[in-house]
Amino acid sequence: MPTIVVDVMPKAELLDPQGKAVAGALARTGRTGFSGVRIGKRFELTVDGPVDDALRAQVQEIAEEILSNGVIEDVVGIHYEVTNAELAEEASDAASVTADGFGAPAGETH
Amino acid sequence: MRIGVITFPGSLDDRDAQRAVRLAGAEPVALWHGSHDLEGVDALILPGGFSYGDYLRCGAIASLSPIMTEVVSAANSGMPVLGICNGFQMLTEAGLLEGGLIRNDHGSFICRDQVLTVENSSTDWTADFEAGQQITIPLKNGEGGFIADDDTLDRLEGEGRVVFRYVDVNPNGSLRDIAGISNARGNVVGLMPHPEHAVEPGFGPDTAAAMRSGVDGLGFFTSIVKRALVDA
Repeated sequence: MPTIVVDVMPKAELLDPQGKAVAGALARTGRTGFSGVRIGKRFELTVDGPVDDALRAQVQEIAEEILSNGVIEDVVGIHYEVTNAELAEEASDAASVTADGFGAPAGETH
Repeated sequence: MRIGVITFPGSLDDRDAQRAVRLAGAEPVALWHGSHDLEGVDALILPGGFSYGDYLRCGAIASLSPIMTEVVSAANSGMPVLGICNGFQMLTEAGLLEGGLIRNDHGSFICRDQVLTVENSSTDWTADFEAGQQITIPLKNGEGGFIADDDTLDRLEGEGRVVFRYVDVNPNGSLRDIAGISNARGNVVGLMPHPEHAVEPGFGPDTAAAMRSGVDGLGFFTSIVKRALVDA
């Protein structure tokens, strides 16, 4: 089952009070060397059907219109992830045919 | 005059808003977020609270409610709409008002009696005030920092659409001390502070005269009632 990951961050020019609080905690606990922390959101959308162009267009629209508010946030990434089970399946398929490097790379694909 | 107050899952101040409407001499009508029926009301109030637990963004999921289709359409046709706190957040999420509300710059929830200047007394919801009048009403929010880009802020100020500004204290980091704004037509107004909590002696902010005697919020609701009388 493909998982679509949408990453949203507060706009860079805005103060991020949550990140600032975490940065303060790092400094207070002696973890120096970090000049800043910013906190964003990760959305994972799962789909049952195929990931085609229509779905990708829909995901783009959802990311911009619902998952983020363009006044205060930016969509910084949309990734189409393959699950471990699917990777294992692809690996066994590839092994049964020929290992020609044709399979999806591990982890994220765009 | 009948004024609808919409209840969303997680609304807290809907009944306070209904009470304020009643004290101003109008009839409150309880409306439900899941309906498409505005029941023929003459004006709408989106009350404060924490709709959908502030999930996603404050007011974001509520702004997608069935009734919001009708609210947007009615607002664009000139129906007076007041968004208080969470209601203000919904109006920005629905695109009826510009800008957005983010977490208070100091990171904490804040609750205080707040002094505001009414800068625009020509909106549907502020006609009973004088321009420049200072009022004190309660403020209570965790994500009340008003932001917009500089062009939008300049335009809001240039067009007189900054309706309320914080005085003495900026409680949440709002840019240019903005506490509330209106749309261009002046029928849609949103603000973070709560006029509905300052409408009855004994239950409002403290004043120099007596504890809890402040009723500066009543003007919001009498403004809309008087407007209806003028129209009629």
